[in-house]
Amino acid sequence: MKFSRRWLEHWLGRDIELGPVLERLTLAGLEVDGSEAISAADGVVVGRVTDVAQHPDADRLSVAQVDDGEATLEIVCGAPNVRAGMGVAVARIGTVLPGGLKIRKSKLRGVASHGMLCSARELELGEEHDGILELPATIEPGTPLAEALELPDDVIDVDLTPNRGDCFSVLGIAREVATFMGDQLDEPPVSEVPETAQHDFTARVDDSVRVPRFTLRVIQDIDTAAATPLWMVERLRRSGIRAIHPVVDITNYVMLEYGQPMHAYDLDKLAGNIHVRLAQSGDKLTLLDEREIEPDSDTLLICDDSGPIGLAGIMGGASTGVDEHTRHIVFEAALFTPAAMAGQARRYGLHTDASLRFERGVDPAGHARAQARAANLLLDIAGGNASPMVDLVDAAHLPARSEVTLRQARLDKLLGHKVAADTVDNIFTRLGFKTTQTHDGWQVAPPSYRYDIAIEEDLIEEVARVYGYDRIPARRAYSEVALAPDSEGRIAEGRVRDTLAARGYNEAICYSFIDPEQHARWDTGAPGPTLANPLSRELSVMRGTMLPGLAAATAHNLARQRDRVRLFEMGHVFETDGERLVLAGIAAGRRLPEQWAAGADGVDFFDIKADIEALLALSGAVHEFSFVRASSSALHPGQSAEIHRNGARVGVIGALHPRVAQASDIDVPCVVFELDFEGVFAANVTRTAPISRFPSVRRDLAVLVDDAVDAQALSASAADAGGALLQSIRVFDIYRGRGVEPGLKSVALGLILQDSSRTLTDIETDATVAAIVQALQRDHGAKLRE
Amino acid sequence: MQDLDALQQTAIARVDAAADVASLEAVRVALLGKKGELTALLKMLGQLDPSERPAAGQRINAVKQAVAAAIDARADALKAAAIDARLDAERIDITLPGRATRQGSLHPVTLARRRIEAIFAGAGFGIRQGPEIEDDFHNFTALNIPENHPARAMHDTFYFGDGRLLRTHTSPTQIRSMRDEGVPIRIVCPGRVYRCDSDQTHTPMFHQVEGLVIDRDISFANLKSVLHEFVERFFEREAELRFRPSYFPFTEPSAEVDVLMDDGRWLEILGSGMVHPNVLKNVGVDPEQYGGYAFGIGIERMAMLRYGIPDLRMLFENDLKLLEQFR
Repeated sequence: MKFSRRWLEHWLGRDIELGPVLERLTLAGLEVDGSEAISAADGVVVGRVTDVAQHPDADRLSVAQVDDGEATLEIVCGAPNVRAGMGVAVARIGTVLPGGLKIRKSKLRGVASHGMLCSARELELGEEHDGILELPATIEPGTPLAEALELPDDVIDVDLTPNRGDCFSVLGIAREVATFMGDQLDEPPVSEVPETAQHDFTARVDDSVRVPRFTLRVIQDIDTAAATPLWMVERLRRSGIRAIHPVVDITNYVMLEYGQPMHAYDLDKLAGNIHVRLAQSGDKLTLLDEREIEPDSDTLLICDDSGPIGLAGIMGGASTGVDEHTRHIVFEAALFTPAAMAGQARRYGLHTDASLRFERGVDPAGHARAQARAANLLLDIAGGNASPMVDLVDAAHLPARSEVTLRQARLDKLLGHKVAADTVDNIFTRLGFKTTQTHDGWQVAPPSYRYDIAIEEDLIEEVARVYGYDRIPARRAYSEVALAPDSEGRIAEGRVRDTLAARGYNEAICYSFIDPEQHARWDTGAPGPTLANPLSRELSVMRGTMLPGLAAATAHNLARQRDRVRLFEMGHVFETDGERLVLAGIAAGRRLPEQWAAGADGVDFFDIKADIEALLALSGAVHEFSFVRASSSALHPGQSAEIHRNGARVGVIGALHPRVAQASDIDVPCVVFELDFEGVFAANVTRTAPISRFPSVRRDLAVLVDDAVDAQALSASAADAGGALLQSIRVFDIYRGRGVEPGLKSVALGLILQDSSRTLTDIETDATVAAIVQALQRDHGAKLRE
Repeated sequence: MQDLDALQQTAIARVDAAADVASLEAVRVALLGKKGELTALLKMLGQLDPSERPAAGQRINAVKQAVAAAIDARADALKAAAIDARLDAERIDITLPGRATRQGSLHPVTLARRRIEAIFAGAGFGIRQGPEIEDDFHNFTALNIPENHPARAMHDTFYFGDGRLLRTHTSPTQIRSMRDEGVPIRIVCPGRVYRCDSDQTHTPMFHQVEGLVIDRDISFANLKSVLHEFVERFFEREAELRFRPSYFPFTEPSAEVDVLMDDGRWLEILGSGMVHPNVLKNVGVDPEQYGGYAFGIGIERMAMLRYGIPDLRMLFENDLKLLEQFR
């Protein structure tokens, strides 16, 4: 909420020192977003235009005669709104405007100009720049503009939390400031309204639970020529509201002053009395902003005999608003409860000054005051005859503040600090809370406007807030300490991250929602659910695989002259109904960073497989994993694999399919992997195997097999046939070419044999190797290469 | 016998003149081999008078030993010279970079998160994680934010249209943990959170660590202490903190915490408060018996402050120029 410092000072009945007061407000929980000093340049005075003539040589310029209190100045002016009789802000020769412009005597198209008529923006008073600032002609020419506009001033902007609806007004802010200055606000009284008419216009409220109070006042015979006084225009402007019509301006002014939203109707445009009811099917309404809506059935409407004329608590209708011809008006000040208003503004996308206040709760006891203030202001400004206020109230349903108990012991315990009882008393007094002593604390009756005080903790916060959070000392807690469980059955996420970082990968973090079209290129995981309200289509579907994000990040870096990218990410991927932790990586470009000792080879499947194997080894269960040819359309069909653990798929690795690479703007070799975290990193606690003291024997075999036979299959057959003596198998050479028939390959296997209880004899070794050769021949048609 | 002295001198001169191992060997054979000159002298002893033989034999043997020693010394010198020559040939440019691949890096958000987790784990806080797609109950209702509460507007929530949503904070994990584990409890809940907001200082996804302590005797004074210590441990320096009243539906009293920056400005770094009794009731805890505090730390902000990252959005561009700086 924005408001003028001078307006606040008027309410406090004294001047304030801005800096300390703003800091106190912030420390009271009313966060000050900022304050902006506004001032009028010295030398700018109020003038009166006595005559305006067309500039002889320029269509768009006029030549105005301006009385500045001392002389009549001839001033050339380009504003469309300059006219004889108006009050203006005159910058005399020599004045320096806030923007730094110095006013000099000058000639404009041959006519001398002795000063400048200023717009609000040129004076840095506001944004308006479609014409010069118009001032009431009643101000004496020569009056310094600063004096006429109550300048200098500051615009204070307070960011209110949703619980403090009571501070949505100058009154509310003044109450807080007074509390923190150590006393209670002396609220300026509102004088009685001279009621000189007796109009029988009234209203009917269907739902007094939602609308426990509805007040009206008719004021007739106002002067249609009346203008909003300058002080009000200025205060509204400093609150960010533009003056448009005295009646409307008064409703805004009273709302800013008391926090009570008001609305004004043109009495002549109303058909019959007002009827407040819930919307029915078929109701339609054109709002003041020309928008047409069809309200839902739980929306409150203001109606007359013609149908809906306003969206209760949010915005009035177009058909009954006041205009420049309006002579008779009705002021409305209602109480729409927070429960009735909840969600309404959001539903229609209409967060208005009124809806913000009603949602948070307006003072149920403030209506007569606001109505009287509005009537008095209007009678002052535009005359007229006021009728008595109509007050439709359902006392049983008025928001009531229950008394709340505060126990001194509870206060002390929760704060961890003892606040003396008389200090608490004093705080409640300053807050305007009525209290009675009980044997262990206080019984507190919060004022009608404090919707946020309902339980003991609310009172504790009030005491702490006024007492000062800074005065509560910090103290360590004493708690029981239990030792935390520590599982070796799951590899810590940090260890997995460290392993990849040590192997050259940089950790990336991508958004969890991505572009559905981008996602569609990847079948490594089905897309998760789609957001109903995404920021954009590009951020709308929950990823079912992390590879699209990493591919995009890779393309981002490749486009920035990187010739080698290694990225990984650990995060959730999403399914239609669930989510899981995944580790994914991407390697693109060169195998090694460019350097003297390495060639320029691109990364390939086996580089990344080595990284995967290092990760799988963390599980302590390497033998449980196998690589099985994959059939992902995103990956190279001949260079991709599913990673299985005990037969279940736990991951995928592969070179990028050229089509996906192209679509992803990756034009260098690229290999990706994605591992299901819980599947891969469920660990076996190591149980050491016996270590043989006897020498091992190595025998090497070279066999010719069909090119399609995988090494893993050969090894499996050999392991099967080798039995307990075969400790390990190494594939130490793959050869195709001269001496090997096309379509075949030579695979060289190194067999390590060992027994744990004795040295192996040649006979045993030969028998084992023979059995292995036989198995390879039987299972894979392998021929021993001579 | 004069001959022997001359012979020794000549022989040693020949040994010393051998330029390499092969010529030295040739000299050795010529002098000490089966047909060598000194061997021949010994063979000639038999021709001498028996009374002269012992003295002559001694002298010849002495010469032989001297020559053999000279050959060994020459051999050692030649080997040493050969090694020196090889080493000289094997000299490399030790300023060239190593052959190994480049070290990778952890994301600054991960680094900051680790620090936060480690600091709290050191004080006995458990670490709990939970789902990112949540339901309305865990994200809002259980946290004392009923439907249509104005505070929901503070959250800018992403919805799926079927009652599910992307969690706006990691507080739902606190709810789940309290319900599953009961109280007393002392945990931090790190993770990704989401709000539909995107500008210079907001990204639609970011990371939080929320903390929760519930026990029989936990006070606002304890909250102040733990947060003050946390900030000082995290930044490894003394810090001045300001606790400012604020509003969160799930805490009462609530406080936002500002830290005093070097330039004299206060910078908001986290939100906190005493857990609202309704939250405790929602998970079946009696607020008369138990109470405690909760806080929420934005990891990105901590990472930006700690590592001097000027723009939040850089954290999600995944540009290697940033990431590689954390090697």
